Amino acid sequence: MRIIVCIKQVPGTSKVEMDPETGVLKRSGVDSKMNPYDLYALETAFRVKEQVGGSVIVVTMGPPQAQAVIKEAYMMGADEGYLVSDPKFVGSDVLATSFTLSQAIRKIGGFDLIICGKQTTDGDTAQVGPELAELLGIPHVAWVKNIYEVSNDKIIVEQDLAESYEVVEMGYPCLITIEKDIYQPRLPSYKLKLATAERAVNILTHKDLEEADDSLFGLEGSPTQVERIFPPEVKREQFLWEGAPDELVEKIVEKLHETKFV
Amino acid sequence: MGSILVDGSKCNLCGKCVDQCPFGAIQIDLGKVIIDNGCRLCKLCIKNCPEGAISLLKTQKTVDKNEWNGVLVYVEHLEGEIHPVTLELIGKARQLAGEINHPVYALIMGTDVIDLGKGLLEYGVDRVLAYQDEALRHFRADLYTNIFEDCIKEFKPSIVLVGATSVGRSLAPRVAARFRTGLTADCTQLEVRPNTDLVQIRPAFGGNIMAQIVTVRTRPQFATVRYKVMEKADRLRKPGGEIIRCQVKPERLQSGLKVIRTALREKQENISDAEVLVVAGRGVKNPADLGMINELAELLNGQLACTRPLVEAGWLPYTKQIGLSGRTVKPKLIITCGVSGAIQFTACMSAAEQIFAINKDRNAPIFKVAHYGIVGDIYQIIPALIAKLKKEVRSV
Repeated sequence: MRIIVCIKQVPGTSKVEMDPETGVLKRSGVDSKMNPYDLYALETAFRVKEQVGGSVIVVTMGPPQAQAVIKEAYMMGADEGYLVSDPKFVGSDVLATSFTLSQAIRKIGGFDLIICGKQTTDGDTAQVGPELAELLGIPHVAWVKNIYEVSNDKIIVEQDLAESYEVVEMGYPCLITIEKDIYQPRLPSYKLKLATAERAVNILTHKDLEEADDSLFGLEGSPTQVERIFPPEVKREQFLWEGAPDELVEKIVEKLHETKFV
Repeated sequence: MGSILVDGSKCNLCGKCVDQCPFGAIQIDLGKVIIDNGCRLCKLCIKNCPEGAISLLKTQKTVDKNEWNGVLVYVEHLEGEIHPVTLELIGKARQLAGEINHPVYALIMGTDVIDLGKGLLEYGVDRVLAYQDEALRHFRADLYTNIFEDCIKEFKPSIVLVGATSVGRSLAPRVAARFRTGLTADCTQLEVRPNTDLVQIRPAFGGNIMAQIVTVRTRPQFATVRYKVMEKADRLRKPGGEIIRCQVKPERLQSGLKVIRTALREKQENISDAEVLVVAGRGVKNPADLGMINELAELLNGQLACTRPLVEAGWLPYTKQIGLSGRTVKPKLIITCGVSGAIQFTACMSAAEQIFAINKDRNAPIFKVAHYGIVGDIYQIIPALIAKLKKEVRSV
C-alpha cells in the first residue's frame, strides 16, 4: 500500500499581532514547526503501514525551508518525501494549493490512500483535504475519528459529524482527513534521525508538473483575493451593573438575547 | 519573481520594503530588490514603497457576473430537524439578496425533504430546491457534491452559503473545487457590492488579524459561516415563495462510499467542549443549592462547572473543576455564580467569548475579567433569572 501524507510547515506560534498604526505584522521570530494536526495524520499512516505493509510518502508545499518538516517526518518513520516548491506557487489560496498538490501527487503516482490532518493551525480552513480529493477525482471522508478495519482492498472508518457519526467503507484510492487524538503521535527518534540523515528530499517544481498553464498556479490561479488585513476590534467594553435584583435579571436576559443564547 | 513586480527605474534601493516585510522575503542583492519564495503576497511592500515602484502583476479572466443570479443556502438537517445555522444563513442571504435584487434559494437534499423544505418558505426563501432520493439518506461528500453541482448548474446562484458544520466543511470545499471557484471558511461578516462581489471577512492567524477576502473572477462565490454568528431570519406573516421538486438523475447517484451504519452521538459531558457553562463558586452555601445552578445551565443548554473549593468539599467531581488544577475552558458563554475570581480560576476561563459574573462583592476580582458584572446576591438573582427564562421558553 502506498500511503501519501500531506503535511505543512506552520508558524511556531499563533501569536501574530498587527500594529494598528502601520498595519505591519509583528511576528515573534521566524520559528516554524510541523502543523500539529499533521502529526495525527502521520501516526495514522504509520499504523496502517504496520498493519498492511507498504510505504509512507510525505508531501509538503512551501518555500525551500519547509524541507524541515519532511526531515522531521523521516525521523518519525516516513519512507519518502517531496517538497513542492516554486516561485510560481507563491500566493496560492485553497484552490490553487489543492490544485498544485493534486498535480504533484499525480506526478508521484501510484498512491492508494491519502491522509491529511483535519486542518492547519495557520490557515485553519480544513478545506485543502476535500478539495484535493475532488481535484484527484477520488472519494473522501473528513473528520476520521476511528479506523475500524484496513486491508489492501478497503478501509472502514468512522466519520465524526458532531451530533452523529457514520461508519463508512471506501475502496482505494481515497482520501481521509484525521481528527485530533485518534492516536498518540510518536516522537521523532534519534535512531531514525541518524538512519535518515543522508536521505534526500525530492523537489518538485512547476516544470515537473503535467499542467503547464501558469495561470492555474499561485496568485493567478487563486480565485480568492485578500483585499486587506486589519486588526480586530481592540479590547472590549466591560459593564458593571448594580441595582434591584429584578432590574439586574432584566439586563442579563436582554444581553443573553442580544448574544443569541436565549 | 512571483507576482510582485519591482520597477527598477523607480526603485532607489531605500530598503524600506526589506524592513517592513513581515516574512523576511525581500533582500537587496547586486543593486536589485529580490523577492523570494517566502513572499505571501501580503502587499505591504506595495503599500509602503515611498517611490511607488512595487506593484502586483495581474492577468485575469473574469466570468460574466450577470449570468449568475441568486443567493443559495445549503440546508443541513438531521433526523427531520433543520440545523439552526441554516436559519441564520437564510437571514443573511435575504439581506444580501435584497441589496442586489437577487432571489434567495435553499437547497435541501435527503429522503423526506419536501415537508421539511416547505417549512423554510416562511423564513423568506423564494425557492426551496428539493432533491429527494433514497440514495441521499446519509451524507456522502462525493454523492452530495454531484447533486449540489446539478443544482448550481440549473439555478446559477452568484453566492452560496454553507454552515461551517462538520458536514458543511467537508461538502463545501468539494463543490467549490468542482467549479474551480473560491471558498472562504468561517466568515464572520458578509457584505455585497453592487456588482455582486461578496465581501468576506474572517479571522486569520488565530484571530489576531482579520482578513477581507473577495472572489472577483469566478462564480459562484462560496462562503462557510459558523453557527451563532449571523442573525436568524424572522418569520414572514405572508410568505410567498415556492418549493420545487428537482429531478435527481440516477446516473448522478454513484458514490465511492458505502455507509455501513450511523448513530447519534450521546450528549458530551465534558466542560472543555461545552459552549455554555454556568459555574458555581464558594458563594453557593450548601450542596442542595447546586440544583438551581444546574437548572440555569440546563435552561441555557449548557453544563454545570465549579471552582476548586467545591471539589475539595466533595460536592462535585474533579471533572467539573475549572482552574489551573482543573480544566481550561473557552466556551461561548460563561456565567459565574458566587465566584470571587482567583487568578488560578480566571487564567483558565478568561478566553470565553461572553463572560457574565454574579457576585455580592463589587470589589471581587472576577469583575476585572467579566464583560458583564452583576453586583448582587446569587440567591436572589438566579431564581428570578430561572423564572424569567422559563417564561420565555414557554412563550416561544
